[in-house]
Amino acid sequence: MSARHDLVVVGGGIHGCTVALMAARGGLKVALVERGALCREASGVNAGTLTLQMTRVALIPYALRAHAMWADAPNWLGHDVGVVVCDGLSLAFTEREEELLSYRAGKRREAGAPIELIGANAAREVEPGLGDGVRLAGHCKVDGYANAYLTGLAFHRALTDAGVTLMEHRAATGIEREEGGFAVQTAQGPVRGKRLVIAGGVWIEPMMAWLGVPLPIKVLVNQLAVTERQRPVMRTVIGIASGLLSLKQYPHGTTVIGGGWQGVGDRERGGVALMPERLIGNVRLACHAIPALKEARLARAWAGLEAETADALPAVGPIPGIPDAYVCGSVHSGYTSGPYLARLLADLILEREPALPLFPIDRLLPPQAGRAA
Amino acid sequence: MMAAFDVIVLGAGPAGATCAATAAEAGRRVAVIDEQPRAGGQVWRAPMGGFPGKGDADQASGDTLRRRLAASPATRRLGHRVWSVVRTDTGYRVDTLGPDGPTALEAPFLVVATGAHERVVPFPGWTTPGVIGLAAATVLLKSHGVVPGRRLVVAGCGPLLAVVAAGLVKAGTEVAAVVDIAPRSAWLTRLPAILGQPRLAARGLAWGFAVAKAGVPVLSGHGVRRVEGGEAVTRVVIGPVDADGAPTEGPEQIIEADGLIIGHGLTTACEVTRLLRAEHRFDRLRGGWIPVVDGAFQTSLPGLHAIGDGAGIRGQAMASLAGEALGWHLAGRMAEAEATRANMAAATPFSDAMAGLMAQRPAQVRAIAADTVVCRCEDVTRAEIDSAVDAGATQIDQLKHFTRCGMGPCQGRSCADTVQELMAARLRMSRQEVGQWTGRPPLRPVPLGEVIGAFSYDDIPIPTPAPL
Ligand SMILES: Cc1cc2nc3c(=O)[nH]c(=O)nc-3n(C[C@H](O)[C@H](O)[C@H](O)COP(=O)(O)OP(=O)(O)OC[C@H]3O[C@@H](n4cnc5c(N)ncnc54)[C@H](O)[C@@H]3O)c2cc1C
Ligand SMILES: Cc1cc2nc3c(=O)[nH]c(=O)nc-3n(C[C@H](O)[C@H](O)[C@H](O)COP(=O)(O)OP(=O)(O)OC[C@H]3O[C@@H](n4cnc5c(N)ncnc54)[C@H](O)[C@@H]3O)c2cc1C
Repeated sequence: MSARHDLVVVGGGIHGCTVALMAARGGLKVALVERGALCREASGVNAGTLTLQMTRVALIPYALRAHAMWADAPNWLGHDVGVVVCDGLSLAFTEREEELLSYRAGKRREAGAPIELIGANAAREVEPGLGDGVRLAGHCKVDGYANAYLTGLAFHRALTDAGVTLMEHRAATGIEREEGGFAVQTAQGPVRGKRLVIAGGVWIEPMMAWLGVPLPIKVLVNQLAVTERQRPVMRTVIGIASGLLSLKQYPHGTTVIGGGWQGVGDRERGGVALMPERLIGNVRLACHAIPALKEARLARAWAGLEAETADALPAVGPIPGIPDAYVCGSVHSGYTSGPYLARLLADLILEREPALPLFPIDRLLPPQAGRAA
Repeated sequence: MMAAFDVIVLGAGPAGATCAATAAEAGRRVAVIDEQPRAGGQVWRAPMGGFPGKGDADQASGDTLRRRLAASPATRRLGHRVWSVVRTDTGYRVDTLGPDGPTALEAPFLVVATGAHERVVPFPGWTTPGVIGLAAATVLLKSHGVVPGRRLVVAGCGPLLAVVAAGLVKAGTEVAAVVDIAPRSAWLTRLPAILGQPRLAARGLAWGFAVAKAGVPVLSGHGVRRVEGGEAVTRVVIGPVDADGAPTEGPEQIIEADGLIIGHGLTTACEVTRLLRAEHRFDRLRGGWIPVVDGAFQTSLPGLHAIGDGAGIRGQAMASLAGEALGWHLAGRMAEAEATRANMAAATPFSDAMAGLMAQRPAQVRAIAADTVVCRCEDVTRAEIDSAVDAGATQIDQLKHFTRCGMGPCQGRSCADTVQELMAARLRMSRQEVGQWTGRPPLRPVPLGEVIGAFSYDDIPIPTPAPL
């Protein structure tokens, strides 16, 4: 019989890694089972934007605290992931976007985000690189970005230091409940734990199905593009009222262009192809906002998978009907908010009162589901 | 903007242009695309910008192919860079940037004939101005008649050494030395295969003769240790190497020169098949990663074919034959296709012999010094690659995240073969296990200003907003 851990976390993205890290620091013996290497899916290929202006309103209080966590990453994570805190602008170029922006910024402001609406001239003072045609802008001083590709390396070191048993390149193939806990099945044998966290990103759905819990998770295929290095052409994080643009230039000169334009892919194959028209559309929007980007060359574009529940709110909390099992994921703009939500879940597991409520999944399940399992 | 074709051929070198002409002459609706303004590919690069050309055999062969293609009914999209290729419900869509802005073509069949890249095996000083690639030097000589220095050292391995050295001598440049990694014996053991292609053997002999007549010293079994000069090449330091290209004990020699032309063979330019997720395998003799193809050059994906150096380094003769055979095949002329394929068998020993001289030598790569820059786009040294592996990187894509290696404008086209070999060596894994970087668009770095073309804000198909 293999050794039993206090906690087994399945999935090594930002959610799984943070839960594992916090739980281990809280004194638990933790194993982290990851199919590939840490943070090589959504958590390593995302745009790294740490913005409140793209965050769901219900998540603003969480995102604010998460933002503070990121800004303090060297302290709690112990490793630099290139976090830069700067101003952010959300732009409106048309009348319709103006309306959308006023409404959305207002709602986010009510939820606690320090967003001000400013005119075109004031916006240009914040971001001299802006092109013509801006009618209105949301301005938020709590904005910024990280280098998402560094997340895996940072967590690899932090988890190792914290004594987590890292099991990379080990895919879970099933989960069984057994006396006193769970057995996560893998080709290299079972990994046993008294408690279980499912943190599989878009793969949460098949993982929950192993436990007999039907939790539908939509798969978004987000396209991103990055330019080669260029002279500094912008200093803020730029978005658009609809949320379909995210733009920032890194200190080394590359600019990442995103906004959730959809490519081709699925759970089985990952993000396999980009739709050229959508890539062009996204790049047009970027160049419309910051015209000097036109001088740069496109170096690379890719697609990653982001998870979404039916109500687009997180799935973070206990799994109904299955004591000691938890789920953690499907957080919109989850790179920004993920670490904080995962920390709240770790608090719950460590029997500390979470500072803010979690997002239990009972709301997403048919009545009685899970209980039968 | 979409035009319908039966076949799109990507690349108008010997392989692609021959394939396009053959299929078009036989009645298929063919479009052939190349970023170069004229067909001919690398070996038959057309003279450009008023340069009349060298008037040699390569130019004559190129002119013949260019005339044939122009006379054929194939649609030529020359001067068009392909930046995206995607699979559609009915075949393939190819996006290009050309003189008239962005365009897209679609067809049920796509032939990938994108040729080769020059392989770089780094050494101290390889990024010094005045160090240029052996293959790149052939392009300068052929297209522009330009000689990159006054007193040059030509070094590396493979048949291009002789081509370039002879070309420089003919152009009246001083060649201080030809430095060949291969020992003389490596050429001798390949002699039977070489003599099997008398026409090509005669050309090789002529190159050698031109070099010898000019009194250029040829140092076999030697490699470049380092380049000195800093701002520009002033001295090239060479020393003996073993048969695998690793430095051995022995006296260094210092050669005063203002330029070094160096090349360590070619690697396949298989970005398109990689982008489309066709199956690949590692084949050191054939230049690295190659798409797996069947007898009709079809990859693991229906309608996707790969020929020429991009499907495995085999040289011009094999590239032309494969183009011919596939052209017939796509036109449904199976008997002709079969007959042409039979001719390929005869040319194989020679092509294998040449490929062998250009294949990567793992020992040479393993001998790269710790502080030598391997990825020049992102300034990543060998030591940084090793320490990323020691820090837990076990996949080639992960190495990129740990070091930024391969993240620059060239997206690993220059460093991949070296980096993957270093990683495999450190992990004691096979190259196949270490894998290759995931293929992604764009196939070439393309200016955003060109990608977006002319547009008005209202035309941007902005999707519905994310939920609030
Ligand atoms: C392209 C893109 C851009 C984005 N941009 C931003 C942004 O700018 N700002 C922002 O805040 N958010 C952004 N997001 C969202 C954010 O990246 C995600 O919300 C977040 O990373 C999700 O983290 P996760 O840990 O839930 O999932 P993941 O990072 O996907 O982790 C899940 C892990 O589970 C593993 N796994 C799967 N199956 C198994 C198995 N059978 N056994 C073991 N392990 C398994 C996977 O390998 C993976 O590592 C973006 C997302 C994408 C895709
Ligand atoms: C720089 C260089 C110089 C060489 N010089 C010689 C030489 O002098 N003698 C010799 O025997 N061999 C030479 N070779 C090897 C030579 O390439 C081959 O043996 C032969 O040309 C192979 O023919 P091919 O049709 O397969 O490819 P190529 O002749 O390489 O043709 C490929 C074509 O595809 C085009 N292409 C590739 N990607 C794209 C894209 N994304 N968009 C648009 N077009 C694209 C290229 O412009 C090129 O014209 C050289 C190779 C290189 C890389």
